[in-house]
Amino acid sequence: MSAGDPPPALIACRDVTKVYRMGDQEVHALAGVTLDISAGEFVAIMGPSGSGKSSLMNLIGALDRPTSGEMWIAGRGLSQMSSDELADLRNETLGFVFQQFNLLPRQSALANVKLPLRYARTEVTDADARAAECLELVGLGDRMDHRPMQLSGGQQQRVAIARALVNKPRILLADEPTGALDTRTTEEIMGILTQLNRQGITIIVVTHESEVAEYASRQIHFRDGNIEVDSARPNAKRA
Amino acid sequence: MKVGVAAASALEALLSNPMRSLLTMLGIIIGVASVMTMMAIGEGARIQIDQQIASVGSNVLTMSPGNMSRGGRSFGGGSGKPFNEADVAAIRGLSIVDAASGTLSGGVTAVSDSANWATQVLGVDADYFTVQNWDAAEGRIFTAQEAGSGALVAVIGKTVADNLFPNGGALGQRIRLDGTPVEIIGLLGEKGTSGPFNRDDQVLVPLSLSRNRIVGGNKTVARHVNRVEILVQDGVDMEDAQTEIGDMMRERRRIQPGAEADFRMFSVADFIRARGEAMNTMGILLAFTAAVSLIVGGVGVMNIMLVSVTERTREIGLRMAIGARGGDILTQFLVEAVSLCAIGGLIGVVIGFGGALGAAAVGGWPAAVSPFIVGIAFGAAALVGLMFGFFPARRASRLDPIQALRHD
Repeated sequence: MSAGDPPPALIACRDVTKVYRMGDQEVHALAGVTLDISAGEFVAIMGPSGSGKSSLMNLIGALDRPTSGEMWIAGRGLSQMSSDELADLRNETLGFVFQQFNLLPRQSALANVKLPLRYARTEVTDADARAAECLELVGLGDRMDHRPMQLSGGQQQRVAIARALVNKPRILLADEPTGALDTRTTEEIMGILTQLNRQGITIIVVTHESEVAEYASRQIHFRDGNIEVDSARPNAKRA
Repeated sequence: MKVGVAAASALEALLSNPMRSLLTMLGIIIGVASVMTMMAIGEGARIQIDQQIASVGSNVLTMSPGNMSRGGRSFGGGSGKPFNEADVAAIRGLSIVDAASGTLSGGVTAVSDSANWATQVLGVDADYFTVQNWDAAEGRIFTAQEAGSGALVAVIGKTVADNLFPNGGALGQRIRLDGTPVEIIGLLGEKGTSGPFNRDDQVLVPLSLSRNRIVGGNKTVARHVNRVEILVQDGVDMEDAQTEIGDMMRERRRIQPGAEADFRMFSVADFIRARGEAMNTMGILLAFTAAVSLIVGGVGVMNIMLVSVTERTREIGLRMAIGARGGDILTQFLVEAVSLCAIGGLIGVVIGFGGALGAAAVGGWPAAVSPFIVGIAFGAAALVGLMFGFFPARRASRLDPIQALRHD
């Protein structure tokens, strides 16, 4: 592979490090990670807190830049991109699901789902239809006008998933998506993610719950900023 | 992101905390309202002055005997040797003069059949009406011949007519001016007040009538007049005209070269203009004070926008995560600050409009609200929003999305 050629994987990390400065101490959150994730994979990233899994998630989410090393997403090297280009990448290629849902409390479910389309660089004329379609996909077709306060935790997370899907991303990043949910609802949410993966969306879940990781076809364990175990699981739990 | 969408969500954000928004706007509202009221009063004063100048004529000179000070002693206007009708004729003969009239005034009690009224009698030549651009609203003014022969006729002002003949029908009636009977041949058009002097409260009679039978003659000067009203030809510089007339009068009154003149000339228009400038300066000062309150209001807006940015840090982080560029966030908060100020500005404009009308009604100030003033007041509010909203908006746009998402 020549220097200019991007790796073929959908997400590629080459010797990526991340160093934070805390006072006069340097914290090595990532100590040279090399990783490929191909299109269509369902990956669970696991590890204790401080292991570097969240740092990696922020880098893959194009919310942060590595201290050294290079990353590619969908064939584009992140180090050459401006922050506006990174914002556009997040808008077009990535979808985010957070532990705390992060919905706008005063907006309806539909309005929340539409939000990313507002920042799309190409004009979206059918925003309502697309948002409604995504809400139906997560089973909330009858709750579109509800505000987050009027929805259960599981429903709120489903709205957040619909929001992540509305601009047709290739990658869906979920950071502890079930951390605030009970077991039954967890199964519901993981079921939706599994279904989306089957439709071809690459899914990356950061979790410390092994029941959640069960759904993934690949588990990557982090420890002290390095990959400890990277294992394929051909018999992953299917919802 | 389109500004329209941003404005809609900005409104939503402002409405989500109506009390806070209103209190924040208060400074802007007060600022805009006072800027507008002050400007309206200034504009009204300017219009009033223009009207007054138009009513007295901008190329009219009034000449009166005496000077404010002579030899260190103050004499005041009218204290010197009066002019006479030959002086008036000489002035009238100058090529730069269109018309000139001597005047002789005095207090008089006018008596009709049913009422009496203390007023001023003013003896004038027929030229007086030309100089003052004044005509009878009803009836006629007197002719040069009537003026010369001292005919027993009078043209009266509106105030006099209203007081002597409350039921109307003054034209053609006889009244007595300190015992001298005169016939009312004309009613003057309304002129309004100029300074403290009500120009509608006077009786105009032929100059010689006033001198011979009402005001009385002068011991030293025959055929005397108190003042001379001069209409200078259009296009002639008023300074030049004063010099030319003044030089001639010095010669006629045998004043040594270099000695101070014992008469003076002034233009009422200049006087009004000078007073207007003082009012204008005052207005600018007040408008400036009002602008300061607008700036204080702007600081309030900045403060609340900074609070809003802090409160909504997570929201900002989320918006960035789903693809908002720094510029989008900047626009969002800037539009919010400008909306806040624009709404405050609108309310301020309405209140300012009321304030201007109120000042006009209660304080007797003239006030004129023009679209220009509304534009300035509203524009100033929007500008304040832009200026003071920029810093908080930029701070929002520069947040680190990861930190912002973790904020609680």
